[in-house]
Amino acid sequence: MKILIIEDDLETAAYLTKAFREAGLNVDHASDGDSGYFLATENSYDVMVVDRMLPKRDGLSIISSLRDQGNETPVLILSALGQVDDRVTGLRAGGDDYLTKPYAFSELLARVEILGRRKGTRDTETVYRVGDLELDRLSHEVRRGGQVINLQPREYSLLEYLMNNAGQVVTRTMLLENVWDYHFDPQTNVIDVHISRLRSKIEKGFEGSLLHTIRGAGYILKASEN
Amino acid sequence: MARIKAMLKTTAVRLSLLYLLLFVVSATALLFYISAQSERAIRGQTERAIEREVRAINNTYRRSGVNGLVRQIERRSRQPGSNLYIIASPNGEIFAGNVAEIQPGIFDQNGDIKVPFKYKRFGDFDAEYTALAHVMELPNGFKLLVGRDLAEPDRFSNLIERALMSALAIMGLGALAIWFFVGRSALKRIDRMSAASEKIMAGDLSQRLPVMGSGDEFDRMSTSLNTMLGRIEQLNEGLRQVSDNIAHDLKTPLTRLRNRAESTLASKATAKDYRAALEDMISESDQLIRIFSALLMISRVEAGSAAAKLSDLDLSAVALDAAELYEPVAEDADVKLITEIDKDITISGNRELIGQTLSNLMDNAIKYSSLEEKTRKDARIWVRLKAENNEIVLSVADNGPGIPKDKYDEVTKRFVRLDKSRNKPGTGLGLSLVDAVMRMHRGELELSATDDQQEDLPGLTVSLKFPIKT
Repeated sequence: MKILIIEDDLETAAYLTKAFREAGLNVDHASDGDSGYFLATENSYDVMVVDRMLPKRDGLSIISSLRDQGNETPVLILSALGQVDDRVTGLRAGGDDYLTKPYAFSELLARVEILGRRKGTRDTETVYRVGDLELDRLSHEVRRGGQVINLQPREYSLLEYLMNNAGQVVTRTMLLENVWDYHFDPQTNVIDVHISRLRSKIEKGFEGSLLHTIRGAGYILKASEN
Repeated sequence: MARIKAMLKTTAVRLSLLYLLLFVVSATALLFYISAQSERAIRGQTERAIEREVRAINNTYRRSGVNGLVRQIERRSRQPGSNLYIIASPNGEIFAGNVAEIQPGIFDQNGDIKVPFKYKRFGDFDAEYTALAHVMELPNGFKLLVGRDLAEPDRFSNLIERALMSALAIMGLGALAIWFFVGRSALKRIDRMSAASEKIMAGDLSQRLPVMGSGDEFDRMSTSLNTMLGRIEQLNEGLRQVSDNIAHDLKTPLTRLRNRAESTLASKATAKDYRAALEDMISESDQLIRIFSALLMISRVEAGSAAAKLSDLDLSAVALDAAELYEPVAEDADVKLITEIDKDITISGNRELIGQTLSNLMDNAIKYSSLEEKTRKDARIWVRLKAENNEIVLSVADNGPGIPKDKYDEVTKRFVRLDKSRNKPGTGLGLSLVDAVMRMHRGELELSATDDQQEDLPGLTVSLKFPIKT
């Protein structure tokens, strides 16, 4: 995956570049709005990470110009501003995701990977399959090995999101945002409790675990290797 | 001099000057009007008197001829304060009457002479008098003039003019005096107000603008400015307190963070130890970030920032969502979560903020109701939503140890934690955020005991009272 980082703080940019490369991504970096825009129009990227406040040209204007030209590369906006309204303006300008500083790198990586995968999106599929687990998006039925599993509506949405992003790390914040539509950080690990409930429903009495916890990052839904 | 200059700059004085000018102009117009009217009236009277006289003399003439006429005129001219009478020859020579000399050319006219003319009297050749008259040609070619002196009416209209003038002068002086005193007192009040504002600008926010108690516009202005000052003082006080608290509450974790790093570096640590230390440091930084975000959030909410816009909000749905989010958490903590949420209650609010508020409160409620050392069997929390008489009450209650009543005010202050050791997790900002959110929603935060009868576990009920949407 090839990504572009437009970030003016050189230390942050160096850290991000190094960390993304270690995660196996191909990274370009621009340190101001003009050169970022130039790179974005010259090359083709899978994802762009754009800081909101940049010298010469601010992040939102870069994104809206690209969108006006029909460039649909997914964009993640990084910002020190963190209120609901800032997020809304960011997403309205054409951003696909929004992350507030300070953030954990694992959070950023998980989001970038999901954005990069979005091109071949699974949104059109009516049945999600992971291993022997099946989720029918039309009948809202969940089966494992042919056996029906009863889920609460929220558990269903949680599983749907996880299955839609199967094989990708999803963070707690991402779940809270996408499943509950909350954009704040609850003090306790509410999400963990929901996950462990869901896990017991889809794993108890079945062979092989599907929902794995990634320490310090989040969760991943994938079939066991054996 | 400078004082007068300053006074001229005030609006009150400028307005009064304008009024004074208007007054002078209209009074002058009135003066002219009245004197013109009275002069006309008097002149009319004079003319009518002449007319009557002419008619009488004409009658005499018709009855008893020239001789009778002359006799009557001579008799009449001798009476004191008499009219003017002249009989003149056709070429204009005075033949009989009580006038010594007359402005030439008068006898050339016939009928009413409307323009005052000059004449002289017998025995008083130095003085010139003015009069109006009627000239009539007698059948024998002689001319008869009947006139009336204008000295009397002139004196009268002079009198009126003088009276009006002095009345105006007195009124003008009065207006000037009133203007001076009113203007000066207004200026004095404004001086006092600006003196107070200067002190305030110098940093003394406890100063207030003087209120006289008369309820006039100055008082109203002072009162609203004072209210504003009160609010500013309160905010400023809050800010000061926060910066004091930040110094303490952020320094402590920062120091811990630094010490942890330093001691790990100093020790002969293995890779595993480093890892553990780094993980500790990350969670310590996360706590710091949480404090920062909460502080930022509170100050944004308190500033009433546009970021937190209010819109129509289904509060029932928000409460149900939050309850659903926390239900498994409560279950894990062996706490029973009871929801009594009325349907379809809407307010004007912000979903994110109320959601976060509820999440804070439920988090606390679960934490405190399950706090006791012995595993409690009956730990419960309640989430209730109800429309009461004229407000909507959303409450989160627990049956934990509660808070002493005298501490209710204190706990909503920033960084106040009744647990002095600060060992339990939390930022100490939860209730202050709730308080700020409620103020933004023009609602109220109310604390009470869940059950007063229970002495050791009265519990805490946090009620959020929202105004009914209009």
